[in-house]
Amino acid sequence: MGDRQDEVAGQAQAGISRRDLLRSGVAGAVGLAAGAGALAGSRPEGAEPRPSGADVMQNQGLAGTEGDVDLDVFDPSAFLKNFDFGSVSELPNGQIQREYEIIAVDREIEVAPGVHFAAWTYNGTVPGPSLRCTEGDRLKVNFTNAGSHPHTIHFHGIHASGMDGVFERVEPGERFVYEFDAAPMGFHLYHCHALPLKRHVHKGLYGAFIVDPPEGRPEANEMMMLMNGFDTNFDGDNEVYAVNTVAFHYQRHPIEIEQGELVRVYLGNMTEFDVLNSFHLHGNFFRLYRTGTDLERYEWTDTVMLCQGERAVLEFTYDFPGKFMFHAHQSEFAELGWMGIFDVKPQTVV
Amino acid sequence: MNTHDNESDDSVDTAATSTTYASGAQPDAPGQSDGPARSVPQGAMALAAKGVLPLLLLAALLVVFARFGPIGVFQAAFPPIEELSFERIAFPEPGQVRVHMVNGGPEPVTVAQVIVDEAYWEHTVAPDRLVNRLEDIVVDIPYPWVDGDPLEITIVSSTGVTFTQEVAVATQSPRVTGSYVATFALLGAYVGIIPVFLGLLWLPFLAGVSTRWVDFFLSFTVGLLLFLGVDALEAALDLAGQVASAFQGVGLIVLGVVGTPLAIHAVTRWGRRDSPINPLGLSALIAIGIGLHNLGEGLAIGSSYAVGEVALGTSLVFGFLLHNTTEGLGIVAPLARSRPSYAKLAGLGLIAGVPTIFGTWIGGFSYSPMAGALFLAIGAGAIVQVVAVLGRSMGSHGREGLRSPLNAAGLLAGLIVMYATGLFVAA
Repeated sequence: MGDRQDEVAGQAQAGISRRDLLRSGVAGAVGLAAGAGALAGSRPEGAEPRPSGADVMQNQGLAGTEGDVDLDVFDPSAFLKNFDFGSVSELPNGQIQREYEIIAVDREIEVAPGVHFAAWTYNGTVPGPSLRCTEGDRLKVNFTNAGSHPHTIHFHGIHASGMDGVFERVEPGERFVYEFDAAPMGFHLYHCHALPLKRHVHKGLYGAFIVDPPEGRPEANEMMMLMNGFDTNFDGDNEVYAVNTVAFHYQRHPIEIEQGELVRVYLGNMTEFDVLNSFHLHGNFFRLYRTGTDLERYEWTDTVMLCQGERAVLEFTYDFPGKFMFHAHQSEFAELGWMGIFDVKPQTVV
Repeated sequence: MNTHDNESDDSVDTAATSTTYASGAQPDAPGQSDGPARSVPQGAMALAAKGVLPLLLLAALLVVFARFGPIGVFQAAFPPIEELSFERIAFPEPGQVRVHMVNGGPEPVTVAQVIVDEAYWEHTVAPDRLVNRLEDIVVDIPYPWVDGDPLEITIVSSTGVTFTQEVAVATQSPRVTGSYVATFALLGAYVGIIPVFLGLLWLPFLAGVSTRWVDFFLSFTVGLLLFLGVDALEAALDLAGQVASAFQGVGLIVLGVVGTPLAIHAVTRWGRRDSPINPLGLSALIAIGIGLHNLGEGLAIGSSYAVGEVALGTSLVFGFLLHNTTEGLGIVAPLARSRPSYAKLAGLGLIAGVPTIFGTWIGGFSYSPMAGALFLAIGAGAIVQVVAVLGRSMGSHGREGLRSPLNAAGLLAGLIVMYATGLFVAA
């Protein structure tokens, strides 16, 4: 949390030269007074060092933001379950083709209630749409740059060099069509690769790219969680952390799941400026499939950390009903917005 | 040519050089010739019209500019320049933080969220989250602050701009209770009244030394005052940096430093005309100057105490006593040849010392950088006035004033003693 006013503000309370010195003398005066017994119980109430709060736990407030974002503009609860399968057709050779429309646009987004950020977006939201296909599908991504800067779409995956979205800069107003076969299966990402990379990424040009295994994964309540952050004051440090952009959204609007139901979380990390981000699940453990490229579980754990660009598939089932938190296990990130709640509803029919 | 008409408008130089105008070098002189024909009230009205005309034109220009002007040129699509300044962060009770802020910037600012020690925290903003230029707000945060720990408060605006202030030590803010009022009064007495009264006890000594040496001690007083004045000015400028820019901290200081001596001068000259100031009057002036300075000092002490920045160190009190005792010497120096009553002496001591107590109260219970800068500037300005009067009185009646080597040495000694005793305070 660097800030513009740090330097000036740091000593605003009482930063005065000779008076700095005087104040040291003052304590002496107090001490002297006490010694002389000039004032009975001369240290005034409240000046005693004592833990503040032990007696007032009930009115200390909670970490979190005030108010709510405009959910009509962007509702992370809807985004969570929203996957874009593209418009599907069958090619003459029997291959499935999925066609996606992606438009880069500059748009102001609300990253915390009342806090606006001048973002660069794919299709108007950060993250962009969660593109989903099956391994072996033919993908055709029609990209239009309606933004103010050159952009690209760089897909993670296995494809030809010319489809990598690095060297083919798409100027504002221009179009580009990315065409390749979806491979390998797993949970991947796409993001702008125009330079400077850091700016294009932290401005919001990224999204999820899921390649399902041909045989599919077990039926589950699936959700997308892209961990991200926003540097609202441009000091190279994030003021807001979240999954799916909006600070504390899933704390204000807990994600309802059912007791005993299989939940699958696609967890990716697109946080800029920080080396790592993490996910910790309360009251439960999850099966971890790193990058989702293997159907064998990698680990059974309750915490996973991911580098920027890393992702994983998490599967778990809640045995107990009630509210369970999930959050970054970096406390700072958690309290700056990356905190949410699963509301586990009791199983109705056994 | 009617050059005499100009005499009332121009300086005395005009009359002296009127012969050159007579040669025809003054082009507008013919136009002045009808001047005497105007009646006096008409002339006054015409003069008033001349004075108001630029203002009317300015008003018209503003209207035109606002309605048709190129305002758009100044309104870029960038995030507006926002400026919220912290005035005071208080800890009224355990689990409560209260932040006083003012919008000193050119644009309205909307408070969106509050971060305390890198955690968004629930809060309320009064009267409104939208803060217009020069408006104040109070942000109440129910936060379990820890006594003695530092705390960092960040206000996030609707555009994502952040305003941060760190509190070095969180500690319960004083409330206006009997014990606090008494404690602050005691503090003020220790740092303001007692040293001054000790200094007054130098009067019998001064009464015994020769006039040459009385002047030496008066010069000493000038040095002492100069030191205090520069010190107060420096402190005021330091605070000015924290004053919300719209309130122009430095401008406020200029006002205080220039306005105070003028005001004191005007008041002390009232009814006295040109009769020389008597010794008691001079002492009273010095006492007022030192008193105003001590008010600023008390302000700083009270505010430091309030924000828990009072470090421990009983030994420092002695350095402090040493330092401020010289103020008493300065007050009685002009009285070396008088025999003031004890009551008058005590009155002088109180004038110089009691403001410290008021300062600690103001500083402890309600403090802002703006008030601090203004009070300190007033103190510095008062000292400017006192030094001027002292210097003039020392130079009168054939005395050499500060030009004599002994008196110059006295002034230097005053500066050195203040510096040296200041070292004890700094320890």
